[in-house]
Amino acid sequence: MTITLIFMAGVMGVIVWWLVKQTINVQPWVADGVDAALLTDVDAEEVLLRPRAKSGLLAFLAVVTSMFCLFMSAYAMRMSLGDWTPLPEPDVLWLNTGLLVLSSVSLQWALHSAKHGRGASLRLGLYVAGALSIAFIFGQLFAWQQLVQDGYYLSSNPANTFFYLFTALHGLHLLGGLVAWIRAAFRVWNGVEAAQVRLSVELCAVYWHFLLIVWLVLFGLMLST
Amino acid sequence: MSTVTTHDETSYVPPAEVGEMELYHAKTWLGKYVFSQDAKVIAIQYACTAIAIGMVALVLSLLMRLQLGFPNAFSFITPTAYYQYVTMHGMIMVVYLLTALFLGGFGNYLIPVMIGARDMVFPFLNMLSFWIYFIAVMILVASFFVPGGASGAGWTLYPPQAIIEGTPGTEWGIVLMLVSLFLFIVGFTMGGLNYVITVLQARTRGMTLMRMPLTIWGIFIATILALLAFPALLVSAIMMLLDILLGTSFFMPAIISMGEQLEYGGGSPILFQHLFWFFGHPEVYIVALPAFGIVSDILSVHARKAIFGYRMMVWAIVAIGGLSFIVWAHHMYVSGMNPYFGFFFATTTLIIAVPTALKVYNWVLTLWRGNIHLTVPMYFAIGFIFTFVNGGLTGLFLGNVTVDLPLSDTMFVVAHFHMVMAVSPVLVVFGAIYHWYPKITGRMLHDGMGMFHFWLTFVGSYAIYYPMHYLGFLGVPRRYFALGSTDFIPPSAASLNQAISIAAIIVGITQLLFIYNLAWSYFNGKKASDNPWNATTLEWQTDTTPPGHGNFGKELPKVYRWAYDYSVPGADSDFIPQNQPPRS
Repeated sequence: MTITLIFMAGVMGVIVWWLVKQTINVQPWVADGVDAALLTDVDAEEVLLRPRAKSGLLAFLAVVTSMFCLFMSAYAMRMSLGDWTPLPEPDVLWLNTGLLVLSSVSLQWALHSAKHGRGASLRLGLYVAGALSIAFIFGQLFAWQQLVQDGYYLSSNPANTFFYLFTALHGLHLLGGLVAWIRAAFRVWNGVEAAQVRLSVELCAVYWHFLLIVWLVLFGLMLST
Repeated sequence: MSTVTTHDETSYVPPAEVGEMELYHAKTWLGKYVFSQDAKVIAIQYACTAIAIGMVALVLSLLMRLQLGFPNAFSFITPTAYYQYVTMHGMIMVVYLLTALFLGGFGNYLIPVMIGARDMVFPFLNMLSFWIYFIAVMILVASFFVPGGASGAGWTLYPPQAIIEGTPGTEWGIVLMLVSLFLFIVGFTMGGLNYVITVLQARTRGMTLMRMPLTIWGIFIATILALLAFPALLVSAIMMLLDILLGTSFFMPAIISMGEQLEYGGGSPILFQHLFWFFGHPEVYIVALPAFGIVSDILSVHARKAIFGYRMMVWAIVAIGGLSFIVWAHHMYVSGMNPYFGFFFATTTLIIAVPTALKVYNWVLTLWRGNIHLTVPMYFAIGFIFTFVNGGLTGLFLGNVTVDLPLSDTMFVVAHFHMVMAVSPVLVVFGAIYHWYPKITGRMLHDGMGMFHFWLTFVGSYAIYYPMHYLGFLGVPRRYFALGSTDFIPPSAASLNQAISIAAIIVGITQLLFIYNLAWSYFNGKKASDNPWNATTLEWQTDTTPPGHGNFGKELPKVYRWAYDYSVPGADSDFIPQNQPPRS
């Protein structure tokens, strides 16, 4: 559970730091006089800066991180039990990783274009990112197929099980992201102004970067063990 | 009002701290009452579903008590059925009743209206959250009717016995249970994100974090805990489903069942226990923290006194929440763990007693020299302090490894966790319903019935759980269908069990009176004013009772003070609402 605990400690640290910032030296029972100061607190400015949907996404990412940390903890504990035979990761995974990196980059590029109001490159970036992500998912399916052909079945060894489980979970999260991507791409297709889709593109970009990091960590974990 | 300021306070309010929300106004009846996106309607849907399924679990517990008090007197209670009752009672009460009621029910109703928001920030997700919860409940109920019946693995669902033949419900029951939990967690995550972001970003002008009522603090921190802890249950549910359906070996060791070597091998049941309790212990505080918050507010309102040590109370909630993640293995002392681990977890467990005791002292000190109004909600709140202290003290016994070992899996444990996490939060649920029912429906609950309900429930639950501690000391094991004859359990244990069962039946029937009171008062109750308890918090300052969609009138309230300005010297009345501007 070490991995999970480190994550939890991090989350708790952030929460406590944020609370201290908000609450230390605040004396809520003093109603009068200090009111003006309290009404213009820092928190209010943050509220204006960050859209609610983005906060919602960040909180959701914390939940997903918690889940992946727990899976990795389970991986570490299960690995130490003796019957673990590492499986050879198919080479196609390197290609897939490259596809995912590129789709993340092109989403970032789309976001950059949206910020500067360049509709054409926003469209291009968004479409390319989607295409690359779909290619990534097919690449993952191809990796599964290769493993099955070589006789590495789901239940024959825990290492195999975890490989299928990790790739499936990551792929499902990416599919969920593609739903949001379809909505954004659809609006762009219909010629909605860059400024109006900026938030959608930004949310997609954050989510894609997050899934890229998750994939790199999972892939690294499976390669190194 | 010690400081008199010369300038106009309102001129310092920044213009648009919280933007007005665009509310979704449904046009059809279906959109208003069934697939509603109004947090208050969703809250009532959550609460009604949770209470309905809770009544099922209550009946299951009475059936268990019938078997324990009068062994083999009822032929329909077979060992299989008994284990199914045990399992479903536990799971329903902990997850589908208490978690859903506190966060989905009270959270949805109180968060927007207490912090001065029009609604939750993601109303559509909120609606979806309820309906997924509803489907999860339906799947759980369906497991009673499938071949083989519901799972009988105990609410902890420990493998391998939850999976292999011999345990009730291994055909379908366990699969439906895991799928139902999976859906519950998905639904809860949607709701939970709503609660957290609403508290963070939809507070009205002047509602700083440290002016929030403790109810909101309790629900807020509990939601954060739930969002981080439920994934552990999700992870174990997914892995166990794979073990059952696809024959993987995450949790299943090599095992011989019914004389046959199964295909499993190498898995670890202990791994499941770690994951399960990594969810399971924070779950205790997911239920307890909202109760702590609500009880603080009830005590303060009905004692007409500011909560003692508000800032300390907030920090105690946060500390308990943080600590709850590093105590999980105290549920696993008998799993053969390294003694140093046991020492570590015993220490962290006892450290949790510090912020918890701090809260208890603060509640008692809030009552000290207060102008106590012995209303029905106040009775429940004070009753909560008693039961919580009792349950907490036995927790000190069980938190120590050496004391826990002989007491593990005895009735002592059952008594402990029912006192601390069943009776205590449920007393708060009742208190909160008596407290907020006037706002939700516009009518007061009947006082006489309320008093009767309180005394029978309170005294009755002591009659049930106090003797159980003694049974535990005798060594009476928990989860057993029948005790048989042993050398160490005297015959008197049987008559004690009978007495407990009779008390349990009486308490169970009393709850029908509460349900009746809810229904009767809805039509015949005394009309409630907007603020029947003279409370300061924003939900009592709405234009209409019950508040309409959007909660407040044309303008959102502005908050000028904290939630606990009761009996302020020199003030006109003994309470100053949060939205009352300071005298200039």
